[in-house]
Amino acid sequence: MHLIEIEGLSKHFGDIEAVRGISFTVDRGEVVGFLGPNGAGKSTTMKMLAGFLTPSAGRASICGHDVVEDGLAARRRLGYLPEGAPAYPDMTAASFLAFIAQIRGFRGAEARAAVDRAVDRVDLGSVLEQPIDTLSKGFKRRVGLAQALLHDPEVLILDEPTDGLDPNQKHQVRQLIGSMAATKAIIISTHILEEVDAVCTRAMVIANGRVLVDGTPAALEARSPYHHAVYVRAEGKLPASVQDELGALPGVKRVEAAGRADDQGVYVLPQNGADIGPLVRGLLAARGVGVAELRVERGRLDGVFRDITMAA
Amino acid sequence: MRTIGIIFRRELAAYFTTPVAYVFIVIFLLLAGSVTFYVGGFFERGQADLEPFFDFHPWLYLFLIPALSMRLWAEERRSGSVELLLTLPITVPEAVIGKFLAAWVFTGIALALTVPFWITVNYLGSPDNGVILASYLGSFLMAGAFLAIGGAVSALTRSQVIAFVVTAAICFLFIATGSPIVQGPLRAWLPAAITDGVSSLSVLDHFSSVIRGQVELRDLVFFGGLMALFLFANIELVELKKAD
Ligand SMILES: Nc1ncnc2c1ncn2[C@@H]1O[C@H](COP(=O)(O)OP(=O)(O)O)[C@@H](O)[C@H]1O
Ligand SMILES: [Mg+2]
Repeated sequence: MHLIEIEGLSKHFGDIEAVRGISFTVDRGEVVGFLGPNGAGKSTTMKMLAGFLTPSAGRASICGHDVVEDGLAARRRLGYLPEGAPAYPDMTAASFLAFIAQIRGFRGAEARAAVDRAVDRVDLGSVLEQPIDTLSKGFKRRVGLAQALLHDPEVLILDEPTDGLDPNQKHQVRQLIGSMAATKAIIISTHILEEVDAVCTRAMVIANGRVLVDGTPAALEARSPYHHAVYVRAEGKLPASVQDELGALPGVKRVEAAGRADDQGVYVLPQNGADIGPLVRGLLAARGVGVAELRVERGRLDGVFRDITMAA
Repeated sequence: MRTIGIIFRRELAAYFTTPVAYVFIVIFLLLAGSVTFYVGGFFERGQADLEPFFDFHPWLYLFLIPALSMRLWAEERRSGSVELLLTLPITVPEAVIGKFLAAWVFTGIALALTVPFWITVNYLGSPDNGVILASYLGSFLMAGAFLAIGGAVSALTRSQVIAFVVTAAICFLFIATGSPIVQGPLRAWLPAAITDGVSSLSVLDHFSSVIRGQVELRDLVFFGGLMALFLFANIELVELKKAD
């Protein structure tokens, strides 16, 4: 049994087809990143998994429990962070989490222990007695995460968990997700492409309610024209003749300038991701060009993302 | 049951973490007190009872109850917390009933704070305490019926203002169906069986009979039925509108 199973899941709002027949499964140890432009249907898919929206067609299950037929059991095994991390603004973080613990079936000392654990995980201790209303965006998001983690669920669905956080906070949240990855099935949604690289074991590009690509972040990067491209910055200026020779090497598609005023370097782009590093290095050495910097690129997700989603 | 209790406690506590509770209770006591002792001519009547106090309750509730019920679901939807609440392992009926009970108990607390009025009339004379007790029960039931109406309306909209106005309008209809304003035009057009039917839906009629000490089964069934009907509507409306 897969922890998350989705089959032909669809949702329309009147004429708007928000999700059009999505199918996939997620197992323990996987962190799936939903990538997609605004309005792609990421949140709608997550809301159906969380039992908030009823699918128009298809089915989904969490730990084997159908989200519609057996919704209560499915929701017990799920931790869900809705987009924007809504909470009850007048409550303090402590009383809010105590409420969640009770709803999750913890009592007395057990409930306090569960709250303490969640508070520790997201590092919330310093603001526990403040009304949620008065917290910064970062702390509000952590309250939402603590709420989702409180019962140590096997399945976590986090809708834009790092949206609006500063870089340090983003880093913390990613570390948190990474630390839980081994024991859970996790889905996060994001617009931030590095995030996929940083935490996800699997990237799913969604646009117009369909899954366009489903693979590892590395496979996604491999689709980039810059995958295995070699960046070269010479000491002084790279002679035009050498640049032409680089372009003529076997397996090289073209050479292009880095394109920034403060960057004299060039990119040597391979054909079909060929491994051209040694050839480039060899040619530069043979021509006696002093190399200030040389590195092999992994690929640019933003370009891949644009290509995939614009074509849809 | 346990879940209803947890939701009930959270909601009830929420009234007291904001000024809502205190404003409501103070206004309730001020209005009830001034009506009882001044407008109702408490001292001139030379009679120790609380009839003017209870007579005024339908009109007091007409705008105080919508003020209380308007936020029940409209605010959850506006702020998005409804998505959090309904993705927890609870059911919609549990959430609806828990919230309703909290609001109802809250009005019960406000009502209980008028007990000094009761003590005062006992100090000044010898009222029929059975009638007064029945009146408290009737008032509490009426508050429950109005809250159930308000809760259902609140599930229809994200706007608390709309929830307030629509609830007040519906409550007014339920108060006024027995009055000449409504009955006059109806009588001219409709057979007596129908106008009597409409009139039997009058909150005012049922409430009046209760506060005169005649608590009959049909009055209890009436208020209980209104609550059940609108709680059911509330559950259906939350299911239907939660994600809009
Ligand atoms: N409650 C709703 N009513 C009508 N349309 C909706 C509703 N929720 C989402 N949509 C529409 O469904 C599409 C997908 O939205 P969403 O899942 O929120 O996208 P994403 O999270 O990928 O940005 C959008 O076109 C959006 O306008
Ligand atoms: Mg979204």
